[in-house]
This record gives sequence, structure tokens and C-alpha cells, in this order.
Amino acid sequence: MNFVATTEQFGAFIIDTTASWGRSWMFLYRTLVALVKPPYRPYLYLQQVLQIGVNSTLVIALIGLFTGAVLAVQGEYTLSKFGATAYTGPAVALSLIRELGPVLTALMVIGRAGSAVTAELGIMRITEQIDALRSMAVDPIKYLMAPRVAAGLIAMPLLCGIFNVVGIFGGYLVGVGLLGLSAGTFMSQIISAVGLVDVWSGFIKASVFGLIFGWISCYKGYTCGFGAQGVNKATTQSVVTASVAVLIVDYFLTSVLTRVFME
Amino acid sequence: MITVRNVHKRFGSQVVLDNISITIEPGKTTAVVGPSGVGKSVLLKLIMGIMQPDSGEIWIGDDKITSAHSESQKNAIRRQLGVLFQSAALFDSLTIYNNIAFPLLERLRMSASKAHEKVLAIAESLSLTPYLKNHPEQVSIGIRKRVGMARALITEPKVLLVDEPNTGLDPLDGQEVYDLINACKNQWGFTGLVISHELPEVFQVSERVAMILKGKIIAEGTPSEMIASADPAVQQFLNGRTDGPIKIQ
Repeated sequence: MNFVATTEQFGAFIIDTTASWGRSWMFLYRTLVALVKPPYRPYLYLQQVLQIGVNSTLVIALIGLFTGAVLAVQGEYTLSKFGATAYTGPAVALSLIRELGPVLTALMVIGRAGSAVTAELGIMRITEQIDALRSMAVDPIKYLMAPRVAAGLIAMPLLCGIFNVVGIFGGYLVGVGLLGLSAGTFMSQIISAVGLVDVWSGFIKASVFGLIFGWISCYKGYTCGFGAQGVNKATTQSVVTASVAVLIVDYFLTSVLTRVFME
Repeated sequence: MITVRNVHKRFGSQVVLDNISITIEPGKTTAVVGPSGVGKSVLLKLIMGIMQPDSGEIWIGDDKITSAHSESQKNAIRRQLGVLFQSAALFDSLTIYNNIAFPLLERLRMSASKAHEKVLAIAESLSLTPYLKNHPEQVSIGIRKRVGMARALITEPKVLLVDEPNTGLDPLDGQEVYDLINACKNQWGFTGLVISHELPEVFQVSERVAMILKGKIIAEGTPSEMIASADPAVQQFLNGRTDGPIKIQ
């Protein structure tokens, strides 16, 4: 009897999980279709780019500045063991552009704007505002989700660019200003070590992370459960799931991009 | 006209609506009443096409919404509907003006100047002009309901669906909403469905009443027939007694 009950529970779990995956992929598909189909509402897209992108600029710049500064300190310490402190600049720049820029930007945006997007949509769900949209023959996927996903796609690479530039500046300030590295060497080594492929691979990652951010934060808000507890749960799940997804996808993307661009 | 025919809906093992059939004649209003949790709001969502029944048919005029599978097919049918939600469901990021204008601008894609004239006209007739620049959280629930009504009626729908019109309202505000429904009925002449558990207040806006219990319609008739009904559940519900066939969960 216990065996039958356990098997039933396991079966139900598999069915629920598969259905949930299917629903989330269908949600992404419908959102991407809604992005390209008219009518277009540019003001909604601009509004979301402002909320998700522009309003995150300060915190991204601040994190970038200190990440670059830390990288300069750590890089100089490590490279000094090999007598190679001249390469501190490239170490800072390549770490930021290829890896830390896209990943830390994504994690910060998920924490700041992703939770807000999920909570906003979740509250709209439990207060019947999403049902109201549907009753008025306005597709909530097109009206609410598409602008947020598009804003993630647009804002994430731009924020990543700001993170990288400010981060390199932070590394420069610490490396040249505090650790006594040569300004000329710092900058010239960066210019000779960093290629366009590095910049491209960073921006491709940032765009993919932008899509993950928009997809997961919107889906969790759209499918939010009842009451304050439902919104609370959806918001937590959104931040955790999106952050974990970014780190997992980052590994596979890095492997693929490194292979593609190296060949 | 709204026709609900043999509709069945269950969530997991719980049967919410069991072979429900209701017909609402054009220009008439039917109230669907019953205790909380008997599936009244589910019925409303099925009519709106937000949920799909397990079996049965729902017609709005000549269109069968239960056969519309894509959102665009459903949207074509939903254009005939106006809905006043329980909490009014206004968009809190928009002003009251923009809430009322929303269906004109987003559903009908009307120009802003044309929409402006219509918004001012309906705001005037529902005494909302002083609040147009406010946001929903800055006004009372009674005014929010009026805004919800303005938003529902501004596209001149053939059918008005109303979910629990006086939830959260004091008796005066509640009565004002019923007066508003009657006034709007006289002015716009829609087919109406009102979901409520407020008896006998809801009788004043409805020509017919159907009572749902345990997923089935147990009584249906005019308000006076309901008042005279010999059904013990109807009488228990009408008189607000705790003893009787309706068990409080």
C-alpha cells in the first residue's frame, strides 16, 4: 500500500514539474511572439527601460567601482608573486568584461528590479487587475510582460557596459593611485589584451541574462498564488530561480562562447 | 443574451459547478446568489473566458466563448463585455481619468481626443469629474466602484458582469452602487449578470435570481418567487439563519 502511495506521489510530482516547465516555456514563447506582433506600445517599453535600467544605474556603477577596485588589489597581489604586476590592468579588464560584469550586473538587477517586477505583477494578479485586462480584451502578455522582457534585453547589456567602464576606472584608481602601478602600462596593457571578441562575449552573456531576468520575474509574478503569502513566495522564488539560472547558464555560455570565439 | 448550458467545472477532486444552466434574456439582469465559496465567481470567470469549463457551453449573444481557443478569438467575444470586479480592479499606476480611458485607448485604439470627450461625458454622468486626476488609492472604495462602473460601461458593452457589487461597502455606499447599476441599466440597457451573496438587496437590480448551492442551481425565479420559495435552503439564506441545510464551513 505504501509503495503504491509513494509511486503515486512520485508520479504526481513528475507530472506537476513537467507541466510547470511546459507552462513556463509556453509563457516565454508567447511573450517573444507578443514582442514582434503589433500593436506596439513604445511608451510602455520606455517606461520599463526607465524602471529596470535607468533606475538601476547608480547601484550598478557603485558595485562596478568597488568590484574593479577589489580586482586591482587582488590582481596586483597575485601577479606580484610572478613578477607580473604590469598585467594587473588586463586582469582587471578581462575579468570584468568577460565574466564579472555580465554576472554581477545580472545578479544586482535581479535583486533590485526582478523582485519589484514579480511583486508588482503578483499584486496585479491577486487584485484581479490582470483579469480586468483580459476582460477588456487586452492581452496581459503583450501589455505587461513583453515590455518588461524587452526592457531586460535592452537594459542588461547597457548596464553591463556601465559596470565594465566604471569597474576598470575603479581598478585604475586603486592600481595607479594606491598601488603605484604605471598609468601608461596599466592602460596600454588593457588595450593590447582586450579584443572585440571579449567585449562581444560579455554583451551576449548580458543579453541572455536579461532575457532570463525578464522571463523568470514576469512568469513568477504572473502565476503568483493567493494573498500576501503568495506574493512573498513568488518574489523569493523569482530572485532565487533567476540568480541560480544565471550562474548555471553562465557556465554553459562561457564554454560555448570561448570555443566559438577562440576558433 | 447569455446562455450557460450544462456547465461542469472541477478543481482536482472538488466539483465547483455541476451541470449548471442559466439563460439571461437580452436587456434583463439575473442575480446569481449563494453562500461564499459555492463557485459564483468561477461562473463569472467562465463567462469571461478567463477559465475553461470541463464540459458544457457558454454563449454570449451568437458567440460561443467555450469554443474560442486562442486569446484573440476570446478577445473578439470579450469586446461585448463590461465587467465590474469585486474590488473594482483599477490599475493603481494610472489616474482615474486614465483608468476610465483605458478600454477606449487600449482596446478600441481610439484617438486621445475622442476618448477625452467620452471620458468627460461618463465622468459627468457618474459624478466622477472631481476625482479624475486622483489615483485609485486616494479615493474611497465607493468611488472606486463608480470608476470601475465607468470603465466597464464606457465602451457601451452589450453585457455587464458584476461581481459582488457591495463587498467592503457600508450600507449607504452599498445602496449607492445598486442605485448606480439601476441608473446605468436605464441609461445603457445592457444584459446583466450580478454575482452576490447580499439578499434581499440584490433583488432590486435583478429581474431573475438563481441560487447556487453545492455546485447546483437549487432555485430560480423572479425575486418575489424567491422570497415566497418553500425551499428551506433559500429561506435559510434569505433570513441569514445558521440552522438549516446550508452548513457553514
